[in-house]
This record gives sequence, structure tokens and C-alpha cells, in this order.
Amino acid sequence: MSHPSKHLLAIEGLEPPHIADLLDLAESYALLNRSGKTQRDLLKGRTLINLFFEDSTRTRTSFELAGKRLGADVINMSVSTSSVNKGETLLDTASTLNAMQCDLLVIRHAQSGAPALLSQKVDAAVINAGDGTHEHPTQALLDALTIRRHKGRLEGLVVAICGDITHSRVARSNIHLLTTMGSRVRIVGPPTLIPADAARLGVEVFTDMKKGLEGADVVMMLRLQRERMSGGLVPSAREFFRFYGLDAEKLAVAKPDSIVMHPGPMNRGVEIDSAIADHPTRSVIGEQVEMGVACRMAVLDVLARRLPRNR
Amino acid sequence: MRDLLITGARLLDPATGLDGPGDLLVRDGAIADLGPGLAAPEGAEVVDAGGACLAPGLVDMRAHLGEPGAEHRETIASAAAAAAAGGITTLCVLPDTDPAIDDPALLSFMFRRGEATGSVTLLPYGAATVGCAGKELAELGLLHEAGAIAFTDGAHAIGNARTMRLALSYARAFGAFIVQHPEDPTLAAGGAATEGELATRLGLPGIPPAAEAMMVARDIALARLTGGHVHFAHVSTGAALDLIRAAKAEGLLVTADTAPPYFDLNETAIGDYRTYAKLSPPLRTEADRQAVVAALADGTIDAIASDHQPRDADDKRLPFAQAEAGGAGLATLLGVTLARVHGGDLSMNQALAMLTCRPAALLGLACGRLARGAPADLLMFHPQRGWKVEAGKLPGKAQNSPFDGRALEGRVLGTWKAGRRVFGA
Repeated sequence: MSHPSKHLLAIEGLEPPHIADLLDLAESYALLNRSGKTQRDLLKGRTLINLFFEDSTRTRTSFELAGKRLGADVINMSVSTSSVNKGETLLDTASTLNAMQCDLLVIRHAQSGAPALLSQKVDAAVINAGDGTHEHPTQALLDALTIRRHKGRLEGLVVAICGDITHSRVARSNIHLLTTMGSRVRIVGPPTLIPADAARLGVEVFTDMKKGLEGADVVMMLRLQRERMSGGLVPSAREFFRFYGLDAEKLAVAKPDSIVMHPGPMNRGVEIDSAIADHPTRSVIGEQVEMGVACRMAVLDVLARRLPRNR
Repeated sequence: MRDLLITGARLLDPATGLDGPGDLLVRDGAIADLGPGLAAPEGAEVVDAGGACLAPGLVDMRAHLGEPGAEHRETIASAAAAAAAGGITTLCVLPDTDPAIDDPALLSFMFRRGEATGSVTLLPYGAATVGCAGKELAELGLLHEAGAIAFTDGAHAIGNARTMRLALSYARAFGAFIVQHPEDPTLAAGGAATEGELATRLGLPGIPPAAEAMMVARDIALARLTGGHVHFAHVSTGAALDLIRAAKAEGLLVTADTAPPYFDLNETAIGDYRTYAKLSPPLRTEADRQAVVAALADGTIDAIASDHQPRDADDKRLPFAQAEAGGAGLATLLGVTLARVHGGDLSMNQALAMLTCRPAALLGLACGRLARGAPADLLMFHPQRGWKVEAGKLPGKAQNSPFDGRALEGRVLGTWKAGRRVFGA
């Protein structure tokens, strides 16, 4: 079992064996979780702090559950976003956390690079739980595990990532992970929501949803933030749904056994039709959440192995 | 004051192309004579240059200082110390301070503070618009009368085309030019790095390079319309430089400067969110860096300025997009420019011209040359002697160098202001 760093700040830079190891370990935790044998003492005596500068229910809960299932002491710290979410707070918080002798620090922040900055100032292993529009590594891991469980592999699969690519950390982490593992990744969205030089990340770019979905094994939808419409990047929600929302008609051009994913929370009727989101065989959105806990257990496990025995 | 004779120097005068061994005599704060084999007048202080280069003190036509309003970043006194260590004897300072230099009384405050340093001639720009807010014109005539060297809103682009037209047009009456921060503010809003693959990977909001070319194209059209003189600061893209080159060929009153980061670094210097390399305009692609070097070599760029922007730790120890843009540049102006001489892109005098006589001519100053009667503002340096840029050990208050860690060849040995030694043993 190898991991190249003390921290998990990004998928970019991980090699295929690192990713495969994490997914294999997560798979074993998924089985363990289903068996009901949850509590282990791997992280007994370790302190895990969830430091969330942005509101999040599912990711924070998922990390909390993962930590508790491995026996860690888990503390949630939500730093109000209404007060200044400036970096001064970030670095001041870092010294506080050091004083608390935290072992594993899970951070979500609205600014790209905030976990990297924090990792330079704290002794704990830092896990990026989403930073700005940069990366969300554990989301990419859980997506990959979900895909692998359904398709048996990642290599050679056609994966279409659709919607607001520019502002999506989920998209970036998935692009890095899936291209590293040999999938053929397409990104699909209106030109105003495709980042500059996106093709240089090793993906194919589509602005026509049906062309982008043709023959896809996996259709991954992204959340469209409401403020993108007030910012003028998209004229209206109904126009977005007409051209880039996933409905049965558009999904029909993907492979008949293709799966539909969404990192949540969903905007039903904006990026995804309810009938698709709740589809009993095509939608794997519920399973993504389940795999989230398993992947986060794997990440905590791997990073904990690199921690000093006693502090 | 005693006469001063500097002997055994390599005399460099970019204005005449002089590059040869010789001596230089200073009397009453001015250059009295220069050439080989000068005799020391009785009682003169004699300094043996030992073969080092002796050139005019540098004329830095663009620097932000913290004073007034942000003295925790840099004061005029601390900037003067850094300038002397960097061989700069004339420092042109931007008006977008707090308060902005948009009133004759504030200009005279700046002059007084500059004189108090005794080591550098501080020449303030006047604000082009009230409060550098880009709306109503400042009192350009009164500011000109009070000594403003030219007009600008500093790091704020004059975004409104009508305001820029009026400024260019009105300033003509006083023979003054307008310095523009060439960046379309609506396209650049919220951006933290040059738009492209790197910014996409880092998840940083991008500023398209076209934001610079667009503003340059617009202001060239306005220069043509008004007959006014526009000067573009810290030009950083090939597209903008092509437009400037064509405007000069057309005979328009268009000039430009750039700053060392734009010909020495490219966007990869921001690496893993390195905020010291966050600048405005942002560092560009390698192709644009090379275009800047080419424009230095072919004369399209008139001057190299430090573009000094002091920032403290609280400004920079933040997530990248929230950190303040700007880099300290006084101490590294000469060394980084000499890297292009050592690299073979520029001749020694060609490089020095952009640091001395060319900006001096643009600003109508008598300094910036080694000539009898000229002010004895002098710089002695060893072109090969090496040093390493280390944030925390730079002269002056501001330590936010984008060149932190870079090894440079070219060390200032001595600086003289009007014949008085202000730096070096």
C-alpha cells in the first residue's frame, strides 16, 4: 500500500498504482460496511477534525462516519461563512489546531489552494474535502469506485462529465483520476462553462449534449450553481435544462447499460430530470453516497499509516 | 564638498554608446569631466573602481510606495534605502495612495518627503482622475504646475473610454502624457492568474491575455483621435506589443515600459499557489515572455521599470485568489535586467538605456547620462558578481520578491546621488 504524500490535497499528481490501491482498500471497506462490522480500532486515540469553511452536509457527515467507524475521535468545526472567511482566519485556525494536536484534518474551503496553504502550517495530515474550483479528491475516488463496481474497470470506458465544468472541483478531480486510469473522458457544457484550454487536460470537449453522450458508458452530471445564472454565464434555468439537462431523450444516445451519476445536491429540473435521477437501474446516485464513506475510510487509513506512532 | 575622482572604471554611457575604460570627476554634485587618465585635483577624494562598471544612476519610472496610507508596507525612507541599494537615483512614484495624489498640496508633501531622504530624487505622478477613481479629471494643470511628471491612476486602469479621451486630450495643453495600466477592468474582474491551462488546473479565476491587448488597441485609437501621448505600463503580452510597435511605426505618441518579472518569469512561477508571484498584470505564458524580450531588443519597449509594489505578510499569506497582487522590485531591477545581457538578448548599453537615458528623455529629465554638467547620479556595479535574492534579507521593508530564491549576476557596489555616496562602503 503506497501513498506518495503525507496529505491528500489533489488527485493530480497521483500515479495509477496509488489510485488503484486506494480503490482496492475502499472496496474492502465497502464490503465490511455492508457486513455491519463497523467499529475498528485503527484510528483509536487519533483526532480527526472536520474543518468546514463552506456549508456541506453530506461530505462532512461522510468523513465523520468514516472517522468514527475507524475509531477516531471526530470533531466538527464549522467556521461561519457569514463572518469573514479570509485566510487570516485560516492561518489563525491552523495554529489553534496544532495546539490541539490534531492528527487528521479534513478541510473544505471556498478558495482554491486553501488546503495546500494550511498543509504548510499544520503538523496534521491534511485531506482536501473540496477547495474552491480546484479539486475534490475523495469525490473522484468514490465516483471511480462506483463506476468500477458497475463496469468492472475504468480503462477504456467513455465517461461524459456534463454541465458547469469551469466552476467544478468535482469535474477537475474526476478528469485527473479518470484520464490517469485510462478512461476516455469527455466534457460537455455550454462554452461559457468550459474552462480555458480544457482540452489540454486530456479530454474531448463537446458543446452539443447529444454528441457528447453518444456511446457513453457513464454520464456524470454536475450541479449548476444558481449564481451562474445571475452572473450571466447561462441565460436561464429553463434554457439550460433544454440544452444541457439530462432527460430520457438525451440519455437515449448513451449506451443502453450506461449509468448516471451526480455528486449532489441535485437541482431537479435544472441539470437532471427527476425520472432519470430516480431511475431504478440507470441511476447510481445512492450508491455514490455509500461508496463515499468507504473511500474516506480508505484515505484515512492510508494517511494514518504515515502518522508518527506517538505524538 | 570635496571633489570626487573615480578611477579605473569601465565607463558606460548608454546615451552616447560610450563603453570603455576611464575615470570620472565629480565637482559640486555634477559630472565635471570623464575620460581616460584624469588627474586628481588637489584634495579630491579618489575611489578606485578596480575595473567595475560606472554608469548613470538608474531612473525607475514606476514604483508604488506605501506612503501615504500604507506605511506598514513601505515608507518613502525605507523605499529610498532599497532604491540606493539597487542603484536607483531617480524614483517616479505612483499616485494611487491613500489619499491619492490628486491635489497640489499632496504633491508638495511627496517632494518634501523625497528631499528628506537625501539619497533619491523622488518624482511623483499626479492622479489622472480624482481619487484615481476613473471618473472626473483631476486638476491636471495645477498638478503639472506643482511638478507632477505625468498623470496616471496607477494600478487602476482608466476603464471609461470618454474619461481616457478627455485625459489624453486635456493633458496635451501641458505637454504631459497619460500612463495607462493596460487591462480591461471588466474582462479582468475577479481574475487571479492568466487564463489558460495552468489557471484551469489550479482552479483559479483567469484573466484573458486579450484584456491587455484590447485596452492597448482602444487607447491607441484614442491617441490617434486626440493627438495625445499615451504610455503603457508593464506591458506583458506579445499581442499588445505588436499593437504598440505598429502605432509607433505610424508615428503616434505611444510609448511603453515593462518590468523584470515579465521578461524573466512566466506563469509557472505561481507553481503551487505561490502568492509572491501573484502580480498585476499576472505572469504570462512563455511565448509572451519571449515576446517581451524581443520587444526589449527591437526598441518597442522604451523603459524597464521596477513596478515595485510593497506587500506585507498579511497581504500575501492567504489563499492565492485572496492574496494581494504585487511584487517588490527595487533591489532586483538591475540584476534581473542584466540577466538578459548575460543571456545575449541585449547589449550592456542597450539594457542600461532602458534603465537610464530613455526613461529620462521620456520624462524630460537631465539625469540618466554620463555627460559633463549632468547631475553626478552614479551607479558602480560588477556585472558578473553573483548574489541570491532572499525574501527577508532584501533592503527596505518590502520583502515580497517574485524572484525569491533566484541567483543573479550583477551586484551594485556603490551609488552616488549628486556626488554624495548613498550606498556602498
